[in-house]
Amino acid sequence: MLKYLLKRFLWMIPLLIGISLISFFIMHLAPGDITTSEASFNPKASEESRQKLRELYSLDKPIIVQYGLWLKRIATLDFGTSFASHQRPVFWQTKDKDGNITLGMIQEALPITLLINVLSLILIIGIALPLGVISALKQNQLADRGITLFVFIGFAIPGFWLALMLMYWTGVQHAWLPISGLQSIGHENMGWIAQTLDTLKHLVLPVFISGLTGLAGISLFARNGMLEVLHQDYITTARSKGLSENRVIYGHALRNALLPLITIFGLSIPGLIGGSVIAESIFAIPGMGKLFYDAVLMRDFPVIMGILTIGAVLTLIGNLLADVAYAWADPRVRRGVMQ
Amino acid sequence: MLINHHQHRSTTLALITLCVILTSACGDSTSNKANAIDYTKTYPASNGGTLINAMMGEPSGLIAMIAGESAASAIAGNIFNSLLKYDKNLELSGELAQSWDISDDHKTITFHLKPDLKWADNQPLTSEDVLFTWQKVTDENTRTPYGSDYKLVIKAETPDINTFRVTYAAPYAPALETWASLHILPKHLLKDQDINTTAFARNPIGSHYYKLEKWKNGQYLKLTRNINATQGQAKIDHLMSRIIPDKAAQFLELSADNIDSMGLNPIQYARIFPARPDLNKNIALYKELGNSYTYMGFNLKRKPFDDIRVRQAINYAINKQEIIDGVLLGLGEPVASPYKPGTRWSNPELKPYAYDPAKAKALLKEAGYEDHDGDGILDKDGKPFSFEILTNQNKEREMTGVLIQRRLKEIGIDANIRVLEWASFLGRFIKPKEFDVVVLGWSLSLDPDQYSIWHSSQQAAGQFNFISYSNSQVDKLLEAGRLELDPDKRMKIYHEFSKILLEDSPIVYLSAGYGLTAIHKRVKGISNPAPPAGIGHNTYEWYIPKAYVRTEMSEN
Repeated sequence: MLKYLLKRFLWMIPLLIGISLISFFIMHLAPGDITTSEASFNPKASEESRQKLRELYSLDKPIIVQYGLWLKRIATLDFGTSFASHQRPVFWQTKDKDGNITLGMIQEALPITLLINVLSLILIIGIALPLGVISALKQNQLADRGITLFVFIGFAIPGFWLALMLMYWTGVQHAWLPISGLQSIGHENMGWIAQTLDTLKHLVLPVFISGLTGLAGISLFARNGMLEVLHQDYITTARSKGLSENRVIYGHALRNALLPLITIFGLSIPGLIGGSVIAESIFAIPGMGKLFYDAVLMRDFPVIMGILTIGAVLTLIGNLLADVAYAWADPRVRRGVMQ
Repeated sequence: MLINHHQHRSTTLALITLCVILTSACGDSTSNKANAIDYTKTYPASNGGTLINAMMGEPSGLIAMIAGESAASAIAGNIFNSLLKYDKNLELSGELAQSWDISDDHKTITFHLKPDLKWADNQPLTSEDVLFTWQKVTDENTRTPYGSDYKLVIKAETPDINTFRVTYAAPYAPALETWASLHILPKHLLKDQDINTTAFARNPIGSHYYKLEKWKNGQYLKLTRNINATQGQAKIDHLMSRIIPDKAAQFLELSADNIDSMGLNPIQYARIFPARPDLNKNIALYKELGNSYTYMGFNLKRKPFDDIRVRQAINYAINKQEIIDGVLLGLGEPVASPYKPGTRWSNPELKPYAYDPAKAKALLKEAGYEDHDGDGILDKDGKPFSFEILTNQNKEREMTGVLIQRRLKEIGIDANIRVLEWASFLGRFIKPKEFDVVVLGWSLSLDPDQYSIWHSSQQAAGQFNFISYSNSQVDKLLEAGRLELDPDKRMKIYHEFSKILLEDSPIVYLSAGYGLTAIHKRVKGISNPAPPAGIGHNTYEWYIPKAYVRTEMSEN
């Protein structure tokens, strides 16, 4: 097992280099760089000054040289500083000689996005699993049809539209929930209980909206997994042994039906760090989606590469974790891995 | 089974809840607690309160010469001073400078600073700081795109702590304007710092009405009154700018009385507000001419746009009022020169080309374009008159393009529209001049010098005369305008320049949109109607009467 893990880890290095190389070249295929953003089309900014900026950012060098410079920095885990955001560190905070700390961009955005995505993942599992199981047990009955309709409406409804409607209803018509942002204005002066409550109130709508679209996938997955298992021989065996129906369903069927979900969760790990641009813009949440989108628009190469690299590492780790968890949960797979 | 039954009920409940949400959200009843207060009473000016506004983007830093974007200048403008400023009629006046002299040969400008100027940290602000700022903006290692104007200075000196003197190689009339847009930075805090990376950009000390109190990344910036300000004391204690990227979300925050001011789009201003009396009760609307205009520019290197008759014909064929009404919902003005109407540089005698399709057709016929083959499209030498209108991803410009397309079709010109993302638009089409016609915007500049846009020497790739306009008379006027420092003589030069430009029709002026702002009625002291400089010219005189200060905000 240990040897297997080591092998998988070592394989990640060439994979990462390949991913970063392709990302780097594709990024540079798009026309323009930091000096061609819309704000720079200003008669006061001369072409010579823009050329000078390109030199200061090494953008005048051949792409392969730029990639070499980037790789050299990344080898020491230095993600560099942003072009667009006054040289803010891309990943983690830095301290200058006077002791001023500048927080990293990913360092600030990532916890917010993670919190929202983890909460909505919990919400999705908490709702989708029971829904899926009920659908399977009541296959083709009214409850099954109703649930399928409901999750498909949730999947098909435009998130931004529903978000605005809910903001209007819960924020303007009734002052139940805050409309946008992460914290109220007087947040600093509150006690910690009030602060937590305040943050949670701000998170209700964003979490609900991002969870709603995910319901359909997971609940249908659970439904189909459950249906498949219910037709297996060992369920018939369990029933013929005279076990109670609850025991058959929750003790035997559900546990086996949930196995494929491990893969799904493994695959959703990289998704956890990617926020939704639309939801983050509407709710004014400074998360990863908005960070990446703005970086692409500004051609802020260090930020784009930073997010892509971290995303790639997490994807690979997610895959590995999923495989390991699968092997742990399913003896059949485990035996295959060991050989 | 019992559990299942229960869960079944909860799904039904969820479904019902969803339906209720969807239907009731469209209802119109509001239960806003703030509605009870009457905000129309007048109170004497008083200190205190917080003004909360919404902005779409976050500044990247507060050193404007490096940050460059509008969000940065908007905030930094409350924190830093320049030597000069534009007053409410958009005339230059002193800010840090009390007065300035221009030498007889027009090459040297001497600024006399106001006495006893101070930074917000109570240190004296002297001519040394001004010199330091000039050195930084012209430094090769400073990552600013705005250095070129300041590099024209061949000598900068500080004869004493209240005097700053710059000498140019040749007289340069736009020089004064450049000293109105350079924020003076404190030498005592920045002299040992790398200006490109300094933490000062996120924690600045300036000399203006406000100082930065708190910057929560991605959430808000809070400014507090600078008690050491030497330009006078602002009345409102705190200015808070919340970062809300989405206009619809901003509008909801405004409706719920969580913010006091935001910029509106034409639909919100002209359609939503008139239909919502409950909003009008508490929120006042302001409109002022914005700082830019939309135009259609011809590639003068391509046929047939090198023919003035063709350019004028297209100009006559486009209905500008229709564009203003259709795209801006009437919230804009036609312009006839690249200067803000109502300011001294705008020539009041010039009128835009009227909508006159008959005249357009006559001019095109004169130029040799007629419908010989009867297909509805004009042609010359067997080739149909057909071209492409290029614009970037900007809803208003796209809509403008469609209206132009239709009017051109009516006189027999076949125009297609192509919309591109900004960077490829610039890199693949504008720089190599691979376009027929563009729909774009230029700013209505405060200084009249537009050498970089219209002078025939500015046509290289990446320069701003990308339409390749070349007129020796205009070249001479633009050169003369740069040398003339007397405002009245300068005005005549630019009036003449705008007249030739309008006749030559290298671009079609389409529209200049209004800036639309909504401000809660608790804020008093705002000039309405707005002077040429806009309602923001006297923000330090705005005030919020004690009775109207938000109750939920703890003042400290």
